[in-house]
Amino acid sequence: MLRFVVRRLLQMVGVLLVLSLLVFVWLRSLPGGPVSALLGERQTEARREALEQALGLDQPLPVQYVRFMQRALQGDFGVSTQVLPGEDALDIFLSRLPATLELSFFALVIAVALGIPLGYVAARRKGTALDTTTVIFSLVGVAVPVFFTAFLLKYFFAVEWNLLPVSGRQSIGLDATRVTGLFVLDGILTREWDAAWDALKHLVLPSLALATIPFAVVFRITRASVLDVLDEDYVRTAEAKGLTARVIRGRHVLRNAMLPVVTTVGLQVGALLSGAVLTETVFSWRGVGQALAEGFLQKDYPVLQVLIMAAAAIYVLVNLLVDITYALIDPRIRTR
Amino acid sequence: MSVTRTVATWTTAVLAAATLASCAESERDDEGGSGSGDDGTFVFGAAGAPEMFDPFYATDGETFRITRQMFEGLLGIEPGSAEVVPELATEWTPNEDGTEWTFTLRDDVTFHDGEPFNAEAVCYNFERMFDQNEAGQTAGEYWGYVMGAFSNDAENSLYQGCEATDEFEAVISISGPTSGFPTMLTLESLSMQSPKALEEGDANGIAAEGEGFSFPAYADAPVGTGPFTFGEYDEANGSITLARNDDYWGEAAQVSEVVFRVIPDESTRRQELEAGSINGYDLPNPVDWAGLEEDGNSVEVRDPFNILYLGLNPEANPQLKDLKVRQAIYHALNREQLVQTQLPEGAAVATQFMPDTVSGYNTELEPYAYDPDEAKRLLAEAGAEGMTLNFAYPTEVTRPYMPDPQKIYEALRTDLEAVGIKVKVSTASWNGGYLDNVSGEPGKYDAYILGWTGDYDSAYNFIGTFFGNLKDNDFGTDVMPWGKQLADDLKAADAIVDEDERGAAFEEINRQIMEEYLPGLPISHSPPALVVGPGVEGVIPSPLTAEEFDTVSVGGE
Repeated sequence: MLRFVVRRLLQMVGVLLVLSLLVFVWLRSLPGGPVSALLGERQTEARREALEQALGLDQPLPVQYVRFMQRALQGDFGVSTQVLPGEDALDIFLSRLPATLELSFFALVIAVALGIPLGYVAARRKGTALDTTTVIFSLVGVAVPVFFTAFLLKYFFAVEWNLLPVSGRQSIGLDATRVTGLFVLDGILTREWDAAWDALKHLVLPSLALATIPFAVVFRITRASVLDVLDEDYVRTAEAKGLTARVIRGRHVLRNAMLPVVTTVGLQVGALLSGAVLTETVFSWRGVGQALAEGFLQKDYPVLQVLIMAAAAIYVLVNLLVDITYALIDPRIRTR
Repeated sequence: MSVTRTVATWTTAVLAAATLASCAESERDDEGGSGSGDDGTFVFGAAGAPEMFDPFYATDGETFRITRQMFEGLLGIEPGSAEVVPELATEWTPNEDGTEWTFTLRDDVTFHDGEPFNAEAVCYNFERMFDQNEAGQTAGEYWGYVMGAFSNDAENSLYQGCEATDEFEAVISISGPTSGFPTMLTLESLSMQSPKALEEGDANGIAAEGEGFSFPAYADAPVGTGPFTFGEYDEANGSITLARNDDYWGEAAQVSEVVFRVIPDESTRRQELEAGSINGYDLPNPVDWAGLEEDGNSVEVRDPFNILYLGLNPEANPQLKDLKVRQAIYHALNREQLVQTQLPEGAAVATQFMPDTVSGYNTELEPYAYDPDEAKRLLAEAGAEGMTLNFAYPTEVTRPYMPDPQKIYEALRTDLEAVGIKVKVSTASWNGGYLDNVSGEPGKYDAYILGWTGDYDSAYNFIGTFFGNLKDNDFGTDVMPWGKQLADDLKAADAIVDEDERGAAFEEINRQIMEEYLPGLPISHSPPALVVGPGVEGVIPSPLTAEEFDTVSVGGE
């Protein structure tokens, strides 16, 4: 197992190196750039050239890339040009990461907590009204764009009924102590219960909006997978052996049906990161997704490079975790 | 998993949580909250986060909106207008040739850190701005723009020196008279900052790092003289809090605190306002104005201080060198209809390249009539019937002068096609090449939509920016026989010391631009608005979008 993990980690370094080159070249091949964002209407040919020279953007791409890698190998990924000018790009990622983790975690919990049981029940009661309703519900989850879901959630729960906040991570003037950057956890750790409760209330709508697609996917995969397993010979054998329904469900059906579901949940982490770009923007959630959106709009190369690379690293890591989980669930994989 | 392993796992988790919890202590004050007094908090929804808090290096409106509440310049702007009024200087007088300006300063001002404001502080500030390292010269965008150069290139700088001739009297020398001086001292970037804080925070310690700049500690801890002091920037939650300056030299602010909340999405800003969690935001979409008013909010419309124009580039399309062709295009445009259908209420058809609030505006000029027949006749005379125009508009942007570039483009394109001009559309995102293509030498588009919002009340800030630099302007005037004359005339007018005389000279140039040269086609002036919720009073909309929040109260519900 250790060798497997080390090999995968080494592969990850290779993937990131290739990706760094691709991202670097891709960003710079896009028309425009940070200079337009900085100068706006004030831009003239002479001013643009002067600024490009000052920022080193006038150099040939290979030279720029070598310089970037030289600095990156020393842990210096450059400073932001627009998102938070002067701030280390890696620091921006690290400071924004807790917000995205908190949001993604809650969204994933909602998706899994609703998706797996509903998927299982829908499969067991295939063809009933409950099955049809949940399938339609999940289809809507996939089909409706996140920003529209978000708009509706905010309109009803925040504006009309005034039950939850419209956007942001915490109410202003709360004087909350920050420890980890995960606001709910911080409130619990410092026993500032009002702060934890406030942060939790701020989490509800964005997590729901972000969870819609992962929920739908987890639900559908669980349903399909359970249906497949129910048809398997070993389930029939278990029934013939006279095992109780509970044992058959837990040991034979659910456990076997979970393999594709775990893979899907792992893949959904990537979907959550991309979904966070929109969700964080419409909920003023100061996370990695919002920084990515700002970075693209303002063509902030250092921030974009760090965020894209970090997102890729997280994605690869999560997939590694999924594979390890596989091995835990299915002993056959462990022995291979 | 065995029972023993399960118990061990849970025990480890509980111990880890307990350890973490024991490290985390609440840092709350006993009183809780912050701020001085309890006259309410004005919460403003900002579209973006501030770049930093040292206005000298800042370039964007979101930053200036915040720093404006904390900093003041020698000269100020009359709320609700573009008129220059005393602020930290009570009087200013030039010598005969307009190269030395004597500023009499207020004697009752202290910086937020308790340091006195006096002539020495003024000169310290100017020398600080002038004496920038290489990175600072690039980042100090506004100084470079209005002063032309820094200390390493002193002979090309408008600023020549500052002398404290008395405790409250400073003399600033400039290389030659210009309409921009001293009006440019109203610019947020040229605000007065505490010399002690600048020194201690190593304010000029900016450095190039990779593709950006790293800023010194001072950029996060600004110290000015204004009605609000810096509170905190909660980056993780996207809010900036300013506290009332109880020792302010003028009338103290109405509210105890101003909070700026970063809300990038406009529909979310509107929902926050509807939910009552913010008190206002800037640039509501014009289509929402009526709805916002119906909901009990107040849409505060500013006087327009901008210009939307159709830029023409004779370098890209030689047919545009012919005045008749340019006039034909102008006559083809139904600008009255465009203003009524695509622009917010209060927008006006432009007669020249500046709004009527700027001195030097020529009141005699009439708008070019919408006359498709005349357009066709002129095109025929010029032999340009059926000409093709590579016409561009930007995407991913709204500006106060163009709320929806695509719709404006569509309207103009329809008019052009109606007189037989073939339109080839080009488009690019604002930061994704549009500005590069417009400002490149030569520019890539034959015709393009662009505009300008004035920095301060100066004709040169409008038409000088457009045509004053012969070699590097978006209109390609260097290939026109009159291009040099126009640039020279603009510079000559700008250097006239007498205000009335200078105003008359700019009026004449405006006439020439519109009747003889027509280098581009001014379209309209649009009034940007801001919206405040019920109970908010005292917001004075500024044409320069330079609202000061010390007059605002939130208690009137």
